Amino acid sequence: MSGLEQLYQQIILDHAKRRVGDGLQEPAPGHASGESHQHNPICGDQIQLRVELDGTRIVRISWDGTGCSISMAAASVLTELAEGVERDELIGLIDQFREVMRSRGSVEADEEVLGDGAAFAGVAKFPARVKCAMLAWVAAETALLAAA
Amino acid sequence: MAAAQNVPQPSAGPGAGQQHAEALDAAEVSRLRADFPILETQVGDQPLVYLDSGATSQNPRCVMEAEQQYYEQFNAAVHRGAHTLAVEATDHFEAARAAVARFIGAGDDEVVWTSNATEALNLLAYAFSNASAGRGGSAAERFRLGPGDEIVVTELEHHANLIPWQELAFRTGAALKYIPVDAAGALRMDLAPEVIGPRTRVVAFTHVSNMLGTITDVAALVALAREVGALTVLDGCQSVPHLPVDVKRLDVDFMAFSGHKMLGPTGIGALYGRRELLNAMPPFLTGGSMITTVTMERAEFLEAPNRFEAGTQRISQAVGLAAAVGYLDEVGMGRVAAWEERLGARMADGLAQLPGIRLLGPDGVARIGTATFDVEGVHPHDVGQFLDARGVAVRVGHHCAQPLHRALGVTASTRASTYLYNTEQDVDAMLNAVADVRGFFGAEA
Repeated sequence: MSGLEQLYQQIILDHAKRRVGDGLQEPAPGHASGESHQHNPICGDQIQLRVELDGTRIVRISWDGTGCSISMAAASVLTELAEGVERDELIGLIDQFREVMRSRGSVEADEEVLGDGAAFAGVAKFPARVKCAMLAWVAAETALLAAA
Repeated sequence: MAAAQNVPQPSAGPGAGQQHAEALDAAEVSRLRADFPILETQVGDQPLVYLDSGATSQNPRCVMEAEQQYYEQFNAAVHRGAHTLAVEATDHFEAARAAVARFIGAGDDEVVWTSNATEALNLLAYAFSNASAGRGGSAAERFRLGPGDEIVVTELEHHANLIPWQELAFRTGAALKYIPVDAAGALRMDLAPEVIGPRTRVVAFTHVSNMLGTITDVAALVALAREVGALTVLDGCQSVPHLPVDVKRLDVDFMAFSGHKMLGPTGIGALYGRRELLNAMPPFLTGGSMITTVTMERAEFLEAPNRFEAGTQRISQAVGLAAAVGYLDEVGMGRVAAWEERLGARMADGLAQLPGIRLLGPDGVARIGTATFDVEGVHPHDVGQFLDARGVAVRVGHHCAQPLHRALGVTASTRASTYLYNTEQDVDAMLNAVADVRGFFGAEA
């Protein structure tokens, strides 16, 4: 696989088009929610992301964002992965994703745990793009804190 | 001065070189490329196609050798010490200043060394600020700003020629106004006479847009500024490296430029200022080597340029930049401009033929060899990454010109920018790569 194909795996290109969670959704009555806005000043990518919880369980993530295929695909993958997951479990997933992203390729991504998120392991070898991949995940982490 | 006779004088004002000078030809460019070791670099398994000289240019061997020679043979602190090396270092440092001054048509004492154009523009803004705080006595009156005064910039500006003026306005209570661009990014020269008015004290504008490569009508803005007695500040970052520039012909009061964009090292740039203005302006950075007499209460300052050069200077970088302007002079700036105009037209024509690619910027405005474009359905970061995999280095993002991007309705763009070492093959490699971008990202309808 060429460097470019490692970075832009088909799963990522597909998610960049599907954009699961695109479009901010109002939380249902009785649900807790938290929001975060994240911005990468280097490229202008940004995301407004909302986490909706029923007790400690994540009901839904929704977002409005503009950015490159890596950042938008990462938001889409996160949205899919987070639905129905316990709050603490999502925090654990975010930590794992961050560890892989910061590893410059030395940490293998566990596909069993990270699902489509494992496809981003190739991004870790492109330090300039790690921030793109992390944008939505950092937003989710901050939104969870805001919801608490 | 015998040496001066061997140095070709800049032939004419901006644009004139493009019309009259004969362009470099492919064979000569091929020979010039041999002077730039980095152009032999492979990116992965692809030869480097460097089209990011608008961000920073590459160095010919003579620049690196000049710096190395300085360190091997002459290194010492300048303007102090009586030993032989100190004298030689000072001679090289001042000869470098003279060479750079000659390159832009300025007097030797009208060029102040700075780290880069950003520092040069900040130096100016802080000198105005210090004058506004009462420093500089009656001589500094014309640099004093306050409520009711206006600073004028344009919507084309790089952040470096915008934020220092914003901050100066905040500090002094002066108002900041700007000449807007139209939807295509052309400066609204029809509005300039309304924006530049009797309250205008400074007009700061770019010679060439760093985002679009378009060339500003300097003479028209200088005339408007003169009419109301305002000082003019030109951002020459993208013009001095690519066009014949003569500050006296342009008739501007100040001009800032950066060495690393004109084949020189990083860490060196310059502020040109009219002699009488520089000598009337209070200093920005203060400390060693810029004073005459110092007591525990106060200090007297040297004449320009030294009054603006506190602390140990960037000596090897100045020497390197002098080698760079020597190299450019030898090639001839008119010929450089004409060659780059040809490359720029080839980029624009080629991009226009690609579906889903939109060249940004106005039609009918002269440009340097810069093509900035939007790829429908693909983010510029992805465009840049794809091009990089083909060995093509371009700039993506907002190019430190967020307001101009906003005016054009895009958040980011892709910019290909040439220099004298670029070939038509480089342009074609870029065009071929751009042609494949939308297919790769599934953005074709």
